[in-house]
Amino acid sequence: MIGQLLANGIILGATIALGAIGLTMTYNILDFANFAQGELLTFGAYFALIAVSAFAGVHSTFGALSFGWPMVVALLLAAALTSLLAILVDWLVFRPLRRSSIQVALVIASFGASLLLRHLVVLIWGPQPAYYTTNIQISTQILPGVRVTPDQIFLVALTALLVVGLHFFLSRTKLGKAMRATADDPQLAQVTGIDVARVVRWTWIVGGSLAAVAGVLYGMTVQILPEMGFNLILPLFAAAILGGVGSVYGAVLGGLVIGIAENLSVLFLTPTYKPAIAFLLMIAVLLVRPTGILGKPKL
Amino acid sequence: MSGVLSYLVFFLTTAAIYSIASLGLNLQWGRTGLFNIGVSGFFAVGAYAYAILTISPLTGQPGLGWPVLAGLLGAMVAAGLFALLVGIPTLRLRDDYLAIATIGIAITVQLIATNEPELTGGTNGLFAIPQPVAGWLHGSGGVAFLILVLICVALVYLALERMIHSPWGRVLVAIREDETAASSLGKSAFSFRLQSLVIGSMAMGLSGALYAAFIKFISPQDFLPIFTFQVWAMLILGGSGSSAGALLGSLVVWAIWTLSGGLIQAALPAKLQVDSGAIQIILIGLLLMLVILFRPSGLLGRKRPAVHRSTVPSKEQA
Repeated sequence: MIGQLLANGIILGATIALGAIGLTMTYNILDFANFAQGELLTFGAYFALIAVSAFAGVHSTFGALSFGWPMVVALLLAAALTSLLAILVDWLVFRPLRRSSIQVALVIASFGASLLLRHLVVLIWGPQPAYYTTNIQISTQILPGVRVTPDQIFLVALTALLVVGLHFFLSRTKLGKAMRATADDPQLAQVTGIDVARVVRWTWIVGGSLAAVAGVLYGMTVQILPEMGFNLILPLFAAAILGGVGSVYGAVLGGLVIGIAENLSVLFLTPTYKPAIAFLLMIAVLLVRPTGILGKPKL
Repeated sequence: MSGVLSYLVFFLTTAAIYSIASLGLNLQWGRTGLFNIGVSGFFAVGAYAYAILTISPLTGQPGLGWPVLAGLLGAMVAAGLFALLVGIPTLRLRDDYLAIATIGIAITVQLIATNEPELTGGTNGLFAIPQPVAGWLHGSGGVAFLILVLICVALVYLALERMIHSPWGRVLVAIREDETAASSLGKSAFSFRLQSLVIGSMAMGLSGALYAAFIKFISPQDFLPIFTFQVWAMLILGGSGSSAGALLGSLVVWAIWTLSGGLIQAALPAKLQVDSGAIQIILIGLLLMLVILFRPSGLLGRKRPAVHRSTVPSKEQA
């Protein structure tokens, strides 16, 4: 029982971690809490749905997985379109506000953008849930008492791969280093010749792509809904704060902790209270260690 | 009473109930710079507290059958307690942590409302909620209740205006503008912020209680984040920082909301009408964005409305 709950927690936690990385990056580099991050997950899931439906005639599946080549195309398309959407929202809404230097206006605007985007999804795709495939996956026993589907294993593996990739991007490439420098001190970064506008663009591309992948993976293993991203916003923030705002590895750790805690809570609470667990953990962290587990005291 | 008149009474009562919440938000955001995006949560706490306190146990529902006045006061106390709960862990930290915590409390309240049928009626909600002054001015429709709500608006308005222009209110603005300077004069920023959060939330609780009394039926579906968004739109459009602006904004935004709803129903084919709520939200959302971008002080606000980036030392400190 506990083994199964832990496994479910890691699966949910991996999705939360991917979404929280984007959140923690925009929080750190652009310095505001982006409440529209959840909607980037939602749009990612729906963009992928377009590609999957376009390839509806192609029957290809990888081994035991529920999907094949169309899903690879769908993931790439979702990442590209979601990045574009994030840059568009930034250009239309956040960029003018950054210039006007009213601090919390950015947060209000992101709250408004979140509602707007969510209802745009309802308008375009309708309020009913959607699925990438109607096939039913058989779960297999990987450890005594722990059953997972092949798709869920893929989800965790892809998340791990992306986190390692992001690590090398941030620590080895020039652009990654520029992003870290801008996060630490935007003025100093600008003085040393870093193109801050380019860094901002790439922050949205990286954050948007990871959010899109998280949305697709959530849609693949749970379901696609216009409210899916909004329902995840509390776990996303909880993960970012738990790990320490600005810390990419903290977001991953926070995501896993939140995912596991939400699933273990089933032992003492009805499952409907899962989202409240993220909130309680967040409040506890804010009381005890407001900088989070891996956060720097600066923030 | 004719249809148009009774509709007008309904419209004004709703707008007035909203305006109480937006007056509370004006104290929190407009005067203190507290970023509460869980307005729907405090509104819901007030509505449920009023309903649970006043519903007669004879209806077979969880109710205590208290008098309506005790229900209204109880609703304010309950909302204030919830404000303490989110304020204490977050108000020492940077501004947006309060925002995240308030949205968290709104979601949690809704979870409790949905999942505790013995307390809240669950998804079926609570019905037969007693209404104050019901039956007064016989045959006048809801005019008596409208008058009661307007009296509440006036009382809240006067009380908040008095507070805002007292030394206490000036400390709030001082903390918002320059926390370091205010602290060095011996003012505890945390304590003042907490007081402002609690008092503002009590107004939201009163607004929720009046809503429950007006509609006489509540369910978790009445307390979605859209409510928070509407109240914010009212305050920002009316003019953040100004109580009169909060009142005017409530009237204008509620009018736009109602009219656009009617227009959409009249103009759009039936297929799209399912999503008319979505179109309304997009319209109000666009309006809100335009106001923030091009007239951040709103209709009646002062020229310098929000906290200036360079004057927010809490960001670096927290």
